[in-house]
Amino acid sequence: MSITIAKSLDLKGLSCPLPIIKTAKAMKELAPGELLEAFATDPGAVPDFKAWAQTTGNPLVESSESGGVFHFVLKKKEI
Amino acid sequence: MSVTMERPPFTEAAPTIADKKPELVDRMVIFAWSGELDKVWPTLILATTAAAMGKETTIFFTFWGLFPLVKNEVRITGDNWMQKMLSLMNRGGDKHLKLSKMNFVGAGPAMMNHLAKQHRVASPHELMEIAIEMGVHLVPCQMTMDMMGLKRSDLIDGIDEPAGATKALADAQGAITLFI
Repeated sequence: MSITIAKSLDLKGLSCPLPIIKTAKAMKELAPGELLEAFATDPGAVPDFKAWAQTTGNPLVESSESGGVFHFVLKKKEI
Repeated sequence: MSVTMERPPFTEAAPTIADKKPELVDRMVIFAWSGELDKVWPTLILATTAAAMGKETTIFFTFWGLFPLVKNEVRITGDNWMQKMLSLMNRGGDKHLKLSKMNFVGAGPAMMNHLAKQHRVASPHELMEIAIEMGVHLVPCQMTMDMMGLKRSDLIDGIDEPAGATKALADAQGAITLFI
């Protein structure tokens, strides 16, 4: 089974609050169940993505780091 | 001899803070009283972030907080000499904000803006545009407008109708409220 990412965001270099604002905007365009991935370099994005997922109900299915770049995968919640 | 083991009756563990899911508040109201760069900036960061979190967000701009809503190209406002003097001494617009400390006749804000650009932090002007685009309610205080001599045409487009303290407090009921 392959997982398809519906949208990919490059947020590298951006500082708070832009990563979350751009992510929230992009998530609006997704259909329920679709996945969005984002790459960021702001270490503050790690707790921010977790908190955004918890408060909006869109599950954060992945949060990892590789070579100073954070990788997040969010799933658009079912209505 | 028979031994009987007596056990206390089973009781559920008391819920901990982690088990209690805090009730989500879906609105936020910021009372923006300050007109300085270092206060307007976090105001706009918090407002745009709350909007990104799906909260209906309102900023009520009052007293010094009203001046960042003045159009950047508008220089002198007011009808009488006192109001005109006030706008001369305290220039409006989200591109003309001063620091509350280390202002150094504008050198402080210039350095701060330079650092923000370097670290790709959105400027207050950009955040104001994002806030409007995201549907944040920007409400100017009617009383401050009258007292300081600011007309609706002096203020930027995309903001809500001016209102008073009652409207602001009514909006704040049951919402996250901040006074900055």
